Amino acid sequence: MVDPILSIRDLHTEFVANEGIIRAVDGVSFDVFQGRTLGVVGESGCGKSVTARSILGIVEKPGRVTGGQILLRPETGGEAVDLLQLGPKAMRAIRGPEIALVFQEPMASFSQYYTIGNQIMEGIRLHLKLSARAARDRAIELLDMVGVPQPARRVDEYPFQLSGGLRQRVMIAMALACDPRVLIADEPTTALDVTTQAQILDLLRELQQKQGLALILITHDMGVIAEMAHDVAVMYLGRAVETGPVSEIFTAPKHPYTRALLRSIPTVMAKPRTRLPTIEGSIPHPSNRPAGCAYNPRCLELIDDLCRVQEPPETGMAGRRIRCFLHGGRP
Amino acid sequence: MSARSEGLEAPVLLEVKGLKKYFPIRKGLLRRVVGQVKAVDGVSFAIRKGETLALVGESGCGKTTVSRCILRAMAPSEGAINFAFEGRTVDLATLPRKRLRPLRRHMQMVFQDPYSSLNPRMVVGDTIGEPLLINGMTDRAERRRRVLELMELVGLPGAAINRFPHAFSGGQRQRIGIARALALNPALIVADEPVSALDVSVQAQILNLLLDLQDRLGLTVLFVAHDLSVVKHVSDRVAVMYVGRIVELAETEALYRRPLHPYTEALLSAAPTPVPGAVSQRIILERDIADPANPPPGCAFHPRCRYAEARCKVERPDMVEVEPGRQVACLRAGELVLRGITDMPHEAV
Amino acid sequence: MFGMFKSRPQLSQAERFAQATQLQLTWWRFRKHRVAMVSGVIVALFYLVALSADFLATTDPHATDSRTSYIAPQPVHFFEDDGSFRPYVNGLKGVRDPKTFKIVYTPDPQRHVQVDFLAPGYPYTFLGISMTTHLFALRNPERGDGIFILGTDQLGRDIWSRLMVATRVSLTIGLVGVSISLFLGVLLGGVSAFYGGMVDTVIQRVIEVIRSMPTIPLWLGLAAALPNDWSVTQVYFSITVIISLLAWTDLARVVRGKFLALREEEFVMAAELAGASSGRIIFRHMLPSFLSHIIAAVSLALPAMIISETSLSFLGLGLRPPAISWGILLQDAQSIQSLALAPWLLSAAVPVILVILAFNFLGDGLRDAADPYG
Repeated sequence: MVDPILSIRDLHTEFVANEGIIRAVDGVSFDVFQGRTLGVVGESGCGKSVTARSILGIVEKPGRVTGGQILLRPETGGEAVDLLQLGPKAMRAIRGPEIALVFQEPMASFSQYYTIGNQIMEGIRLHLKLSARAARDRAIELLDMVGVPQPARRVDEYPFQLSGGLRQRVMIAMALACDPRVLIADEPTTALDVTTQAQILDLLRELQQKQGLALILITHDMGVIAEMAHDVAVMYLGRAVETGPVSEIFTAPKHPYTRALLRSIPTVMAKPRTRLPTIEGSIPHPSNRPAGCAYNPRCLELIDDLCRVQEPPETGMAGRRIRCFLHGGRP
Repeated sequence: MSARSEGLEAPVLLEVKGLKKYFPIRKGLLRRVVGQVKAVDGVSFAIRKGETLALVGESGCGKTTVSRCILRAMAPSEGAINFAFEGRTVDLATLPRKRLRPLRRHMQMVFQDPYSSLNPRMVVGDTIGEPLLINGMTDRAERRRRVLELMELVGLPGAAINRFPHAFSGGQRQRIGIARALALNPALIVADEPVSALDVSVQAQILNLLLDLQDRLGLTVLFVAHDLSVVKHVSDRVAVMYVGRIVELAETEALYRRPLHPYTEALLSAAPTPVPGAVSQRIILERDIADPANPPPGCAFHPRCRYAEARCKVERPDMVEVEPGRQVACLRAGELVLRGITDMPHEAV
Repeated sequence: MFGMFKSRPQLSQAERFAQATQLQLTWWRFRKHRVAMVSGVIVALFYLVALSADFLATTDPHATDSRTSYIAPQPVHFFEDDGSFRPYVNGLKGVRDPKTFKIVYTPDPQRHVQVDFLAPGYPYTFLGISMTTHLFALRNPERGDGIFILGTDQLGRDIWSRLMVATRVSLTIGLVGVSISLFLGVLLGGVSAFYGGMVDTVIQRVIEVIRSMPTIPLWLGLAAALPNDWSVTQVYFSITVIISLLAWTDLARVVRGKFLALREEEFVMAAELAGASSGRIIFRHMLPSFLSHIIAAVSLALPAMIISETSLSFLGLGLRPPAISWGILLQDAQSIQSLALAPWLLSAAVPVILVILAFNFLGDGLRDAADPYG
């Protein structure tokens, strides 16, 4: 297999809060490959967004990355660089030309006082050292690429003049401005309507195929994962409980959480008015993490004296790993 | 079997006729009216006792406005809302606010946002008991008994009666909201996106709870949602809205199996399914949803419709009953054969 | 008030949190805000001073004496020459200036006047009771003797004593002023939001007009309109009313904004759908929700009031002598000459700065604690 562009190894990110230290990301590992999409899926509090922010080095205070490695393979080959060892200045050279981010809420990610053209050009001029004229042409080209109609006119509009779907397209154009090799999309369609969501997902897929991007797609929606991802990491309370190729995650899920989650998703295929299998209880707050396996209070298959006490280690082979005593790692 | 066994022959509980709600657009220092947002523009449907009708559509389609008009949280601009209770029928649309108050107990609402829908300064017991208190149950002990009964009904521990909302998860808060809505034994429950703010693993719990409660109490439910997969699990009939109007109304299974309106087809096709590889046959609509302040002439959907003809740009289609219990507002309804769920990939093999 | 949760000792930590009212949660958050806590204590101390101003004063703040003009701050000595603990101050002695032949009074290191605690001094009334007891007083003072720890002004009045009384005036003018503007603000802001439409438009335009007026000339005009023969009390209340007539607009906007935001809250709609009356919705659901915002707004409005009074009086437009306030004390420090001669006249600026800062930090802390996400 080819080498991954980006490897996350045993990442830990913590927040200091009133309740004590919250381990938002607690030992997450995965690989991202060129031209492939890694879907990171999980419910609230699972740490998927904090993982994305940790990769880019933009974790908000009072949070900080406390351990692990984020290895980025240089375009020219050679030794991988650990992003956690880089200073703020070197990190700025990574954000944009190497790794870029698309946020969930496009309205909040724009400044209301500059035209979208200005905001796209800012990154281009900073990193690519182009003239104002050339940067503007590049901005129009980018808008055209992401399917914004009449890009030459739209480039001079302000964010509030655009619909939600168009704003998300512009957001993607902005992220792609410096030709990144890795694109992280954090819930890129959650704020959008279903028909608009379909448009944006289609665009992301198309861009990836055309440009050979490595895409990390963060979402809570298993449906979006099913149609977008090549590889999947399922997260629960700061841990990746199961990772693997999309077909295996959906046809042969191993972790009890993945299996229960897949069963509990409503689908249009269901018979009308049928009850869904549920997962008991609710997700604990990360400050209140249960001892042992974090999923144990909701798990129907728990091994009594083991899962409540001991944390299951990550087992399996490369590309198909799992954290559950049912599938190995029993002492 | 259950309170619902009367089936689709049950009497009509609520009939909405030609409902319109226009919001004026004001401008300038004198706030002169310069236009109208036609949020709801002629909506008609009926709900029978004991059934669940889902009102489905994307943002700005007017589904929430319809539900607020029915509950008279806002006054409709035009149309009739006939509500049958205690053997008589009243038109809620024209009833003055004063005479509305004693009627409110028959219709209650479950809200979307489990955080904003509970007063953070009131304990659970007071929140659930408030409708009882307002409607005359002044005895403390009696109220407490009823509150505990309601908490058990929705699956909340009675020990939580003195806790404040901040101590509960989203799913539990939604249960509190449901208990409050049930306190007065209403005939109609309007559920406005009751699960869309919840985590997937909690959604199923709340959907099942709604189904159980309906079976046990014989509730009639108007279920407002944007998510066709959620709707499939709870509703008997579905009304699809687009820019202020209903474009298709049918029994759930029939609508999903063979949609008659191109918008329904696109909506069904866009719903993400947890089956890898399902995406190949997706219909991707062009452009954005039309602006209700400035809707396109003719059929409001025509700029995005891949089946649109010249007449669709001029002629506005009305709702037509094409077969019993099945209405659609499309000029080409008779000739189009659209794709439903049977044409989509099933469970992955 | 905050001891209420101690009455349920049997509750577990989690249950205590689960049953904590918003007030308790706010208090717990506020307690973590160290600067605000310290500021709260400072503000409380200031009001304690305001309450017991005369008790803390050592000499009659209005008593003038040409002999004690511009005495520099005098230290209180705690130990007698023999080392025994007996606090005293130096008395004054008159020395004839060899050039001008005028008698100049300076402290006489030879003469010790003993300082007593809780001893009788000039008479005053405290909450309507006539009293003579002061925290410190001199035993058998001769004419001109005094505890001048902050020095004296040109007319020979003790600045420390004047400062105590000024604190009372300046801080209460803030309280009274804020009460008036709170009343107006809540009333008009509430009416504006509740009725909406034309009423709202009219009130909002009025607010805009008031806010667009240049304040100094307006104050100037209004203050000039006060008759010269009015008593100190009358002037005092007129100035308070003038200040608060302009200051209510801020509070009205806070109230209106919060009211409108709350009306959109789903729990308010739920109460309405349950058949609750407007009164119940407003008093049971809406008012408690923005009470904390009002408290925070008030604690931020208070320092603005105090500053207004101080600057008005400083400019000679507010209170006039013989009234005493911080602004009037600072008025004495207006000329460079007197400042060069007696820099201690500026000491009134210290409490002004201190109390304004404390109020601002307190207000910020309260606001953050009441609404951690707003």
